[in-house]
Amino acid sequence: MRESRWTGFAFLLLLLGLWEVAGRHGWVHKLFFPPASRILASFVQIVFSGEVLGHVGASLWRAGFGYLLAALLAITLGVLMGYWRAVYEAFEVVVELLRAVPPPAVIPVAIVFLGVGDQMKIFIILFSCAFPILVNTMDGVRGVDPVLIRTARTFGLGQGPLIWKVVLPAASPLIMTGLRIALAIALILVVISEMVGATSGIGYFILDAQRSFRIPQMYAGMLVLALLGYGLNRCFLLADARLMAWHKGLTARQR
Amino acid sequence: MLEVRDLRKEFQPLSGSTVVALASVSFRVAAGQFVSIVGPSGCGKSTLLQCIAGLSRPTAGHVLLHGREVTGPPEGLILLFQEYNKSLMAWRSVLKNVRFGLENRPGMSRNQIDAEARRYLELVGLEGFEAHYPWELSGGMQQRVAIARALVRRPEVLLMDEPFGSLDALTRIELEDALLRLWESLQATIVFVTHDIEEAVYLSDEVYVLSRRPCQVIEEIAVKLERPRNQLTTREDPRFIQARHHIFELISKEMSRA
Ligand SMILES: Nc1ncnc2c1ncn2[C@@H]1O[C@H](COP(=O)(O)OP(=O)(O)O)[C@@H](O)[C@H]1O
Ligand SMILES: [Mg+2]
Repeated sequence: MRESRWTGFAFLLLLLGLWEVAGRHGWVHKLFFPPASRILASFVQIVFSGEVLGHVGASLWRAGFGYLLAALLAITLGVLMGYWRAVYEAFEVVVELLRAVPPPAVIPVAIVFLGVGDQMKIFIILFSCAFPILVNTMDGVRGVDPVLIRTARTFGLGQGPLIWKVVLPAASPLIMTGLRIALAIALILVVISEMVGATSGIGYFILDAQRSFRIPQMYAGMLVLALLGYGLNRCFLLADARLMAWHKGLTARQR
Repeated sequence: MLEVRDLRKEFQPLSGSTVVALASVSFRVAAGQFVSIVGPSGCGKSTLLQCIAGLSRPTAGHVLLHGREVTGPPEGLILLFQEYNKSLMAWRSVLKNVRFGLENRPGMSRNQIDAEARRYLELVGLEGFEAHYPWELSGGMQQRVAIARALVRRPEVLLMDEPFGSLDALTRIELEDALLRLWESLQATIVFVTHDIEEAVYLSDEVYVLSRRPCQVIEEIAVKLERPRNQLTTREDPRFIQARHHIFELISKEMSRA
């Protein structure tokens, strides 16, 4: 594990070195592929001057707000659909249809109704994050063992406490899967939505750098995005490992 | 105190004809009794318990607890499922599983619940395992957790569905005696389903023998053996052997019935 990680870093350094040499010797287009050192310098500059931080903040705010809203709505609806057949039957067709729409195709519609501001962006993120969470929550709830539910009932739990104390925790491993998939989608969609009529956000920053031929900054922006995505995913995995330790242990035991 | 009157339960499978699980089952259980139900596998024992527990609506007939009809899970009655490992909450520690038994009891503080849960874990011999998860334990220990979780509520009536069916002989003997001790100290009423005739006779005041599906009570056998029972002397008692012999004959006749 440790060892393989070092090999990974070594390979990354090798690639960076190759890029550097290629950039300096003009093997690739000098303007479009600036050497790695210039990109790094640009990265340091935009981070430490604080220039990019405001953009990162704007993106995080939109992505976070849309993501949390999606989680709240999708988990609620997913539990209802997974638990009550009638709710499932009512919503199934609508959900399946909406789910089939690639989220970027919703952007024009969202612009018509919400304009090009934050509302539209948050809506797009909400829309695209909701489905993986919804579908996984639904599957998770359906998969809860009937014995568990009947046990809760024989202990006198009403519907509310039963869902809160038994159904949700029992379905939580799949809900977490949905949330993890949605996290990646939130990042993708925040960048896409910020390339449409925005004046802030990391997506806007990258597009703006490209349009004004600040090519090293464009790459530096991508580097910021990569680190952001990596960091968020790490945080998620850490939280997951803590919260779902029981599930890891359980599945390891069942194997 | 518990009465089952002409209970009938039909299942309508998605394909095929109606399955009559219970034809017409009737019996009474007096307060504080230990009653066992034996019958061929698939005859409808689990179905019967679920109807008594108010988890499944009978097609016809009644379940009366203290003279009141059972229409939903009644207060003071707990069903321990045959699949005890699935009835435990894998995300909760052993202690928290037992706490679950009291968490919706009004007027109990966290500390009181905690103390009770620990006490019952001790009673079933699981002290020291509070922080473990159920899936880290053996089958016998998991069953103890399920029993502690049910008993911590001090139910008036405890329905047990083949609780020791999948355990090894030694664990089983140990749990049988533990259960009898707890039953005596709690003065609960127990309805115990098993496919083991000896176990039924050893534990019970009364054994109800069920027929094959569609199921009804063929005979009620009173077991007049002194308590406390003893794994050696009770099982060697001529009355024990006689009761076992009689029930065995009833069931073999039932099994060979075309
Ligand atoms: N939900 C159900 N739907 C259809 N048939 C069922 C259902 N539950 C039980 N049965 C049928 O009822 C009969 C009795 O089942 P059960 O009560 O589990 O028997 P036992 O516990 O005595 O082994 C079996 O034939 C079983 O297939
Ligand atoms: Mg059964």
